[in-house]
Amino acid sequence: MTAASKSYLPEGLPIPVPEPDGLSAPYWEGLRRGALLVQRCSACGGWQWGPEWICHHCHSFELGWAPIEPRGRIYSWTRSFHPVHPALKDHPPYLIVVVELPHAGGIRMVGNLLGDAQQAVRIGAEVVGVFEHHPDAQPPFTLLQWQSTRAARGPQPGG
Amino acid sequence: MRDTRTLRGKVAVVGIGESRYFKHGKSPDPEFKLALQAILAACRDAGVDPRDVDGFSSFSNDRSEPVRLGNALGIRELRFSNMQWAGGGGGAAAAVGNAAAGIVAGMAECIVVLRSLAQGQFQRFGFGPGAPGAKTVSGDMAFQVPYGAISPAQRFAMQTRRFMHDHGVRQEALRAIALASYHHAQSNPRAVMYGRPLDAATYDASRWIVEPFHLYDCCMENDGAAALIVVAAERAKDFPHKPVYLLGSAAGADHRFGAPSHNTPDYGNSGFTTVAKRVYEMAKVGPKDVGVVQSYENFTGCVVMSLYEHGFFAGDEANEFLTFANLTAPDGRLPINTSGGNLAECYMHGFEMVIEAVRQVRGDSPNQARRSDVSMMTAGPMIPPVSSLIFGSEATL
Repeated sequence: MTAASKSYLPEGLPIPVPEPDGLSAPYWEGLRRGALLVQRCSACGGWQWGPEWICHHCHSFELGWAPIEPRGRIYSWTRSFHPVHPALKDHPPYLIVVVELPHAGGIRMVGNLLGDAQQAVRIGAEVVGVFEHHPDAQPPFTLLQWQSTRAARGPQPGG
Repeated sequence: MRDTRTLRGKVAVVGIGESRYFKHGKSPDPEFKLALQAILAACRDAGVDPRDVDGFSSFSNDRSEPVRLGNALGIRELRFSNMQWAGGGGGAAAAVGNAAAGIVAGMAECIVVLRSLAQGQFQRFGFGPGAPGAKTVSGDMAFQVPYGAISPAQRFAMQTRRFMHDHGVRQEALRAIALASYHHAQSNPRAVMYGRPLDAATYDASRWIVEPFHLYDCCMENDGAAALIVVAAERAKDFPHKPVYLLGSAAGADHRFGAPSHNTPDYGNSGFTTVAKRVYEMAKVGPKDVGVVQSYENFTGCVVMSLYEHGFFAGDEANEFLTFANLTAPDGRLPINTSGGNLAECYMHGFEMVIEAVRQVRGDSPNQARRSDVSMMTAGPMIPPVSSLIFGSEATL
């Protein structure tokens, strides 16, 4: 399997890079190493996502980056048809999920739900993260994708 | 003392005007010329010499700037130039409220509120933010764009999905909103979809844009401009038309609404929780007093949430409330989008709906609601700061 065929969506969508001020750089660097890092306040322990320069709970500037297990549950989802970018022209429908991470203060992240785009999707279903590496992109990057825990355990008997 | 800190009954809309409305790219005229056409039409409607305009108010970084407008029209003096910060179409009602605040504070006498938008001349909204052809993305959109989550429709679809999940809302509720807008457009010759009726079977068979939005759940992309004129209430009867008084105006957002990467705490929500409470407080009316609503449809699902947050039905009543019969003029329980709205009249970023809210109070809507003394407009759901306003006739003061 080539690197390109491993990605859920075709190449050609904009490549994520940190802002000029570097706010989200630890997150993107972490994904490249296969680690999920999110902001956690060193002062109050509060979680927040996306990143910001201040803790919205206590206004401390001492925000740390905590490694967390990439797992969660589907908070909402959609099946997208209209090509919203030239790279998606003639691409079949695909699934976008909002995943809630209860073990990290309930922060939410957006990703794709891997597998058949016509699969039944259930709000509340448990999902695990899958690191989707794009080593040949310029610059290289990694996305965090999601897969249902049932699919992650492998094919079920009879199906 | 407290009662002086209100806009209720202190200003009136005395003139309205629009350019012709076009499908995007079909206007023979550039955006700025459309803006001038709309302003001149509003001045004619009010019997106002355009040179007597002394202020402009708009939203969503309108490109027709006050100084260029003022110079082009030869106004005698510019005293008020105000832009509602951020919020896209969420500023359509706020721009009227801001103008009202300017009048009440004595900063100007005759303010034009306007929106001009030629999506053919400039970028279309349907492809989402960001420069076309950009190779990289950063900031909040970097957490979404690489997953093909780019357009407003996709973002709002997931918030709508959550609301539908929480309250058991069926697709038929969204369909009823689309059918109502198209139905009303059939008696409005200004509407881009005039002469192009929509029925339930066509809606059901239409392609998905992004679930749960079919093609007909999505607003159009258009070229045009719309404007209205606000003056102090004391002067309201010096003009030819029945004055339309502003009863209430509010803009803003609930706690962390619009937080990055879909982290809005109250996610299945269109942003009006706090704004609805404040607009009713200022107007001194409640949902039962409102006879007709222009509820901004970027997407029909967002109208479901907007009407719910403005108190027109409880969550578990959505399916029984949101029916074609209930939402259509003249005698539905709550006629909405009586000119055809963003779906079927013209996507003038919701400002055409502010104009229609004025028409309802005047009594010259193409689909006059039976109860139209108290007329509401809710602007730009999902895109904080959102805003709402309530107009009323003299009898409501």
